[in-house]
Amino acid sequence: MSDAETPDDYDVTDDSPAATGDDEFEPVQVFPESEDMDLRPGSDDCYKCSTCDTNCPVAEVDDDFPGPKFQGPEQWRLKRKDDHDIDDSVMKCSNCMRCDSACPSEVPLSQMHNTARGSFVENQMDKLSPEYIRNRILSNYRTSAWLASKVPRLSNFMMNFGPARWVMEKTLGVTAERDFPEFAEQTFREWWVERGGAQVENPDKRVAYFHGCYSNYNTPEVGKAMVEVFEEFGYEVMVPDQGCSGTPMFANGMLDDARRHAETNVENLVAAIGEGADVIASCTSCSLSLRQEYPELFDIHGIEDVSEHTYEALEYLRIHEDLEGELDGSEVDFPDLAYHAPCHARNQGLDGQAIEVVDRIDGVEAEDVGDSCSGISGTYGWKAEKYDLSMEIGEEMFEHMEDAEGDVGMTECPTCAMQMGHGTGYEIRHPLEVLEAALVSEDTSSA
Amino acid sequence: MAIEDDVLVIGGGVAAVASALAARETGARVRLIAHKQSTLRQASGLIDVLGYHPEGADDESRTAPISDPFGALDAVPEGHPYERVGEEAVRGGLDLFDDAVGDAYAGGHTDRNALVPTHGGTVKPTARYPAGAAAGLASDERDAFLVGFDAVTGFDADVAADHLRAAGVPFDVRGATLRFPGDLRDDAKLTRYAHLLDQNDEIEVDGQSRPAREALAERVKAHLGGHERVGFPAILGDAEPAGVRADLADSLGADVFEVPMGPPSLPGMRLSDMLFEALEDAGVHVETGNPVVDVEADGDRVDRVIAEHTATRVPYRAEQYVLATGGLVGKGIRSDRERVYEPIFDLPIPQPEDRYDWFEEGAFDDHPFARFGVPVDRETRPLDADDEPAYENLRAAGAVVGGYDFAAEKSGSGVSLATGYAAGTGAGERA
Repeated sequence: MSDAETPDDYDVTDDSPAATGDDEFEPVQVFPESEDMDLRPGSDDCYKCSTCDTNCPVAEVDDDFPGPKFQGPEQWRLKRKDDHDIDDSVMKCSNCMRCDSACPSEVPLSQMHNTARGSFVENQMDKLSPEYIRNRILSNYRTSAWLASKVPRLSNFMMNFGPARWVMEKTLGVTAERDFPEFAEQTFREWWVERGGAQVENPDKRVAYFHGCYSNYNTPEVGKAMVEVFEEFGYEVMVPDQGCSGTPMFANGMLDDARRHAETNVENLVAAIGEGADVIASCTSCSLSLRQEYPELFDIHGIEDVSEHTYEALEYLRIHEDLEGELDGSEVDFPDLAYHAPCHARNQGLDGQAIEVVDRIDGVEAEDVGDSCSGISGTYGWKAEKYDLSMEIGEEMFEHMEDAEGDVGMTECPTCAMQMGHGTGYEIRHPLEVLEAALVSEDTSSA
Repeated sequence: MAIEDDVLVIGGGVAAVASALAARETGARVRLIAHKQSTLRQASGLIDVLGYHPEGADDESRTAPISDPFGALDAVPEGHPYERVGEEAVRGGLDLFDDAVGDAYAGGHTDRNALVPTHGGTVKPTARYPAGAAAGLASDERDAFLVGFDAVTGFDADVAADHLRAAGVPFDVRGATLRFPGDLRDDAKLTRYAHLLDQNDEIEVDGQSRPAREALAERVKAHLGGHERVGFPAILGDAEPAGVRADLADSLGADVFEVPMGPPSLPGMRLSDMLFEALEDAGVHVETGNPVVDVEADGDRVDRVIAEHTATRVPYRAEQYVLATGGLVGKGIRSDRERVYEPIFDLPIPQPEDRYDWFEEGAFDDHPFARFGVPVDRETRPLDADDEPAYENLRAAGAVVGGYDFAAEKSGSGVSLATGYAAGTGAGERA
């Protein structure tokens, strides 16, 4: 988490010349006390080394994008005087948050970008413009998905129906190049109710599953795998009511929308934590959002509690179970995999774990395709004007996937999965599905 | 439960990599956990062992560069990391380094320091240097031509040439500032130049489209005169630096070299990438992105350390630990207005009580803060207030270790490699 939340409060009262009678100059006195959520300490910490700029996947392909250093500390300083608007280039930032881990000086870059983008959208964007409406629709994917899931077959047809997509591109700027993800005929939550909820009861080992929108509406098999694997380890799985994690909303500067969902999520997750559960996510953008962006951007009762109790699914098992021991000697018939670590897994320091875990299983090879960004960044690659950039960023990943042995992809992030499939034609799986095959399915020799 | 290994290395720079590789060579199962990207990405990429005599030597010898760093090791004061680990560890660390980088680096053929011109026009005594800097050595007597670009800040070719002449280099050196061909924005990222040259993309020059390397060579040629070697700021490719240099040399009919630059530094990034590849090849588990923030001890043994995965606290267990988190810049050592401290284990760091005694008046004086760090025993174990090892299974390596001033001595990478080698070997053998 960033420095911005815990600014150094120099208490000048005790040592001040007035208090001590000593009038020697103390440089610290020129600074007033910091206030909460003051981004100044972060801005002051930037010593313009530009390392963030060399890590920005957007700046790498777009010479006109001024890069994270400008979007963050420099723009923040410009904004101290009210005669400067936020530069519209902030909308080109894809919220991959790579600049955060590049910074040697703990500048809260992504937090600065999120606040700048929020302010840009609120104060400078025309609310009637097709761009605003498009961004609003894209970032509120949960609402569209909820509607679509009521009539999944019709939606699947309509969403990829050529003339309809042509209209969407022309009027709203949603690229017609991409195939919309299929909506599942039965959502994860519908499946959960149908099976009668948790099959394991265990007051000592409980997890609350934050499934997010995508594994609910599009890939319920990921949610099912999560439940089966955790039940195999004796966990009681809870599935609290929940909204969107907010990630697409932060990336589009829709902070009010994000806050509304965050309030629902925090309230329900805090209740689950109160019942002894830790929060588990299977999408790394969801876990990053609950852990990092929530407390950076909002002040909601219980938000720190949620942040401190949230984990990514594999991470949680590695910490609390002898996952390696369980997997050693397990054998599974699974295709070889080309693994891409999502930026938001990288940001949580989780980029190496999927390979490390899968390596313990006999019968499946997983190969890391390197540290490039997939380029889609959630809603980013869905925008007609950003589509080409998005594919250019993804180029390196596509090439490395083609070079890898496996012809099936693996990643934790739903939109990275879309991009991987779009660029290579590969089917994409989630690490939890591999674990399920190794630990739960009947056809494994470990059973 | 916790995530378990034989040896856990905390840090991501040269010292951490050397520790992990050395521990791995003993057969131990090793994990390296680093908070952020390594500060290596801002370093020059030069591997210095000892360029100038440390504090304690008489003033006159301190201003003359050392030609044989190994011969000078005996003269370091007590408590200096080289005195702690000895020459064998220095050589062991350099061997590890040479194996990891292969022919991307030069200098391993001799014990003597090479003299590499820097972007400021000084000459730096160093033990290993990137192959790209090889044709630029100051001991080479061929005349040199330095090329700067008006949009690439941090390297003024004319100033650098003036400084080198003033430093008395045994050759003629001239500089010129040109415009990089093509139409890049004035504050383009350094990596943009590098990628352009890597990919040899077509660029527009005077209405004509031609490959980037060729266009650049054409522009330089007009100024070349009879110079036999040409130096550029270190932007000549990221993935393909050797190919970029070879093509330029071919077109120019002169040797081509890179002058190491300040941050963001391509030689530093290339080195960082090579070292992390070496870790992967060696089978070290690498995790970056999360800081280690705390320790749980069992008597005088470290039982586990706690990493902060954003806001959640995650335990990591190992038999042996190596602390290689860096110094004040890398944030392995921190300071506030009251004290200088080591944030994970809270190891003692000797320091003057009054913070106004942490530094001297002049910028280039002997500052006490430059030597801040944890004191270690001869096995690189950090010492507690009673000069006893703070934990029997904790070692320290690199800039977190005190007792030396790497900026004045030009010994940063050498100390990292030597202490990393000693700490990693010791940890691996006892794991």
